[in-house]
Amino acid sequence: MNKTLRIGLITIIGAFMLAIMPLPDWAVEYRPDWVTLVLIYWAMATPMKIGVTMAWFAGLLLDVSYGTLMGQHAVGMVLVIYVIHIQHQRLRVASLLQQAIVIFILLLIKQLLSLWVDGMLGHAPDSWLYFMPTVTSTMLWPWTYLILRDLRRKFSVEKHPQF
Amino acid sequence: MQTLFIRGPSATARMVVLVIASITLMTVDHRWRSLEFARSALSNLIYPLQYTIDLPIQLFYWADESFSTQQALLEKNREFEARHLENRVQLQKLDIIEKENERLRKLLSAIPKTTERLLISEIINVDVDPYRQLIILNKGSSNEVYQGQPIIDAQGIMGQIVHVGPLSSTAMLITDASHAIPVQVNRTGLRAIAFGSGKTDQLNLRHLPHSVDIKAGDLLITSGLGGTFPPNFPVAIISKVERPAGEPFALIEAKPHAQLEKSREVLLVWRNKAEETSEKNDAAANDETDSEKIDSNQENDSGNNSGTEKKVKPNQRRGNRE
Repeated sequence: MNKTLRIGLITIIGAFMLAIMPLPDWAVEYRPDWVTLVLIYWAMATPMKIGVTMAWFAGLLLDVSYGTLMGQHAVGMVLVIYVIHIQHQRLRVASLLQQAIVIFILLLIKQLLSLWVDGMLGHAPDSWLYFMPTVTSTMLWPWTYLILRDLRRKFSVEKHPQF
Repeated sequence: MQTLFIRGPSATARMVVLVIASITLMTVDHRWRSLEFARSALSNLIYPLQYTIDLPIQLFYWADESFSTQQALLEKNREFEARHLENRVQLQKLDIIEKENERLRKLLSAIPKTTERLLISEIINVDVDPYRQLIILNKGSSNEVYQGQPIIDAQGIMGQIVHVGPLSSTAMLITDASHAIPVQVNRTGLRAIAFGSGKTDQLNLRHLPHSVDIKAGDLLITSGLGGTFPPNFPVAIISKVERPAGEPFALIEAKPHAQLEKSREVLLVWRNKAEETSEKNDAAANDETDSEKIDSNQENDSGNNSGTEKKVKPNQRRGNRE
């Protein structure tokens, strides 16, 4: 296993733990979509190593641990990472704000897909808080980006100084 | 970047395949519920993470217990002893009633009353989908937990197991929006179905007419219909009955009797019914008379029906190893 994959996997596992960490009752609806955020960064920085297949597996694992339908998180994650993957060169040179706007739209689509599945199963939540993770994730994007970039540089994962 | 020209299928192709795969998985999972093996395998990967997350909380409880003062322990002990005495007095009465009931049932040659086996399981403190009422337990198929198994706490029915992994399992509480439990009003014997509401402290009784004899404060117990839940366990207490004119059915709400939010430990229930005992072979292995009974059952099964061969085999193998 090479260095990129190793550091990528470690951060994804970290994101996974944040995703299942117990939060106080008032905060559970605001939990950012950590796994998707971290996957977005790696899909942007190292698209050859971490892409849609990894996103799909991460989504399935999230489905198993959340007890949702197998594929409910996975399908949204694949679509988000796909868009990031094909646009990674443009996104890299965009400002953090522009990146955040794109990510907001993508995460909103992901959440809508998930809501659609919940609706078909007959237990759609009737609260606008359902879209709160999209907002909190977008707000946390700049910090996620900076932290992961520093991590990647520190462990000199890829020899592209410009990113 | 040496891999520039030797990457596999394009991202688009992979995306299309994976999206189709996800949709297929969702359909299969929802319609036929036949993906339990995959869930169970993947839950192995997740269990270490869940365990790690849960560890500090367990450590906190452990420390809390280890460093409690002797005074506090003594007080607790005294309290428990008093409660124990109280319970035993009540149990004596129950014992006599149970014996009597059994005798009467024999006289009527009715179906023998079922007994239950219990196992304490701890809730792993990890969060799941905030819009579902699910909990993760630290017992899995290695403890013979099975899908559809009822879970209870000291107060009443909590829910049932929906997914089983080797070391952990997921349980759905009775208040989940997609859960329904057959109940009976203790006072009148009226049967109904209590639907989960998605809120942690509310069940709904739907499709009951206005004329129904039910009032706030009535206790709902499991009716045992449907076969998932054992009969006569408390489920909920009716909290609100409204009979709005113009609506075809009465509006009835109930509050779960079990402490769904506060419990740290839950009890898994096995029902030792005559037809079901063949599955619980190991459980009764200590008890000689029981295991004999089971063996004869198995022989009957395999003699009557070749289809049960598969079911019996693993048990036999296990028996040989012992």
